[in-house]
Amino acid sequence: MLLPFFEWCESTVIASTIQNSLWLFPVIEAVHLLGLCLLGGSILLVDLRLMGFGLTRQSASELNRQVRPWLLLAVIVMITTGVPLFLSEAIKCYYNRSFWVKITTLPLALAFTFLVRNRIANSDSETAYINAATGATSVALWFVVAAAGRWIGFS
Amino acid sequence: MIESFLEWLGATPWSVALLESLYVWPLIESVHVLTIALFVGTAVMMDLRLLGFAFKKVPASAFTERLLPWTRAGFVLSFVTGLLVFYSQPVRYYHNVFFRIKVLALILAGLNVWLFHSKIHRRISQWDLNPVPPRAARVAGMVSIFAWALVVVTGRMIAYNWFDCDLQPQPDFVNWLAGCVVEAGVE
Repeated sequence: MLLPFFEWCESTVIASTIQNSLWLFPVIEAVHLLGLCLLGGSILLVDLRLMGFGLTRQSASELNRQVRPWLLLAVIVMITTGVPLFLSEAIKCYYNRSFWVKITTLPLALAFTFLVRNRIANSDSETAYINAATGATSVALWFVVAAAGRWIGFS
Repeated sequence: MIESFLEWLGATPWSVALLESLYVWPLIESVHVLTIALFVGTAVMMDLRLLGFAFKKVPASAFTERLLPWTRAGFVLSFVTGLLVFYSQPVRYYHNVFFRIKVLALILAGLNVWLFHSKIHRRISQWDLNPVPPRAARVAGMVSIFAWALVVVTGRMIAYNWFDCDLQPQPDFVNWLAGCVVEAGVE
């Protein structure tokens, strides 16, 4: 049912431009990786704090507020580079299990980060186990997204 | 001499097994990428503080004392997994243009770390609470971001064989950079 949509994705101008270029895919992918580093750093800073590691002398709400522009920048870079990468090999992705793991975990990770974790961090809750569970869930979700993303290229 | 050593290294049973493995090589490569996200990611957070771009109210020393251990742990893991990836195909990587640029970028990043910790960080108490640290610290932060970004980009590009020695003809400059020995008349 979804296959026609994936076929359409691969027939777009963006997809064919990337396919017909020797260097566009690698360059976009390299920027995707740079975005991954920025994303990893800005996510982990708050997750570590929630779990009681890293910058523990600062409040979670303060770190969350200060890191937010960089987190948003990282998410924007990831999506604007990830979408064209996907378009250029949409049909391969359709048959790729790792792609489906990534694409179903990604909305969960985004929703958890911006709806749940954001609220917990800003509340500066004193309940250690809630903070720790929030940080650990975030790390786990983003780990699955990143690991499955890397694995798309292997399978 | 390096050449024959690497040829011997690449012929060792573990190297061959690693290259031919179905899951171990991809697993090592995945750990390599994810730990880079950990160590470059946390390093960039500290660089943003050194540049005065973010976390202006957080003492700079909080980053070097509390976050740096995570950066170090990430670096050690990515370095070890990187060595294993190199060990799986030493001759190929040795002659890969991107690998060579990556090693130079790693040296630049390493020198920057050494300069920062041996000079600038020693006087951190004088500027720990400054929203915008002194010029030397900002330069170190900028060099760090540039060098690690170059490491990440060239690292990803190693996968492409565009400039490999067995793909001739190449411009003389490329062959010089990759250390390729091209026999006259042979392509």
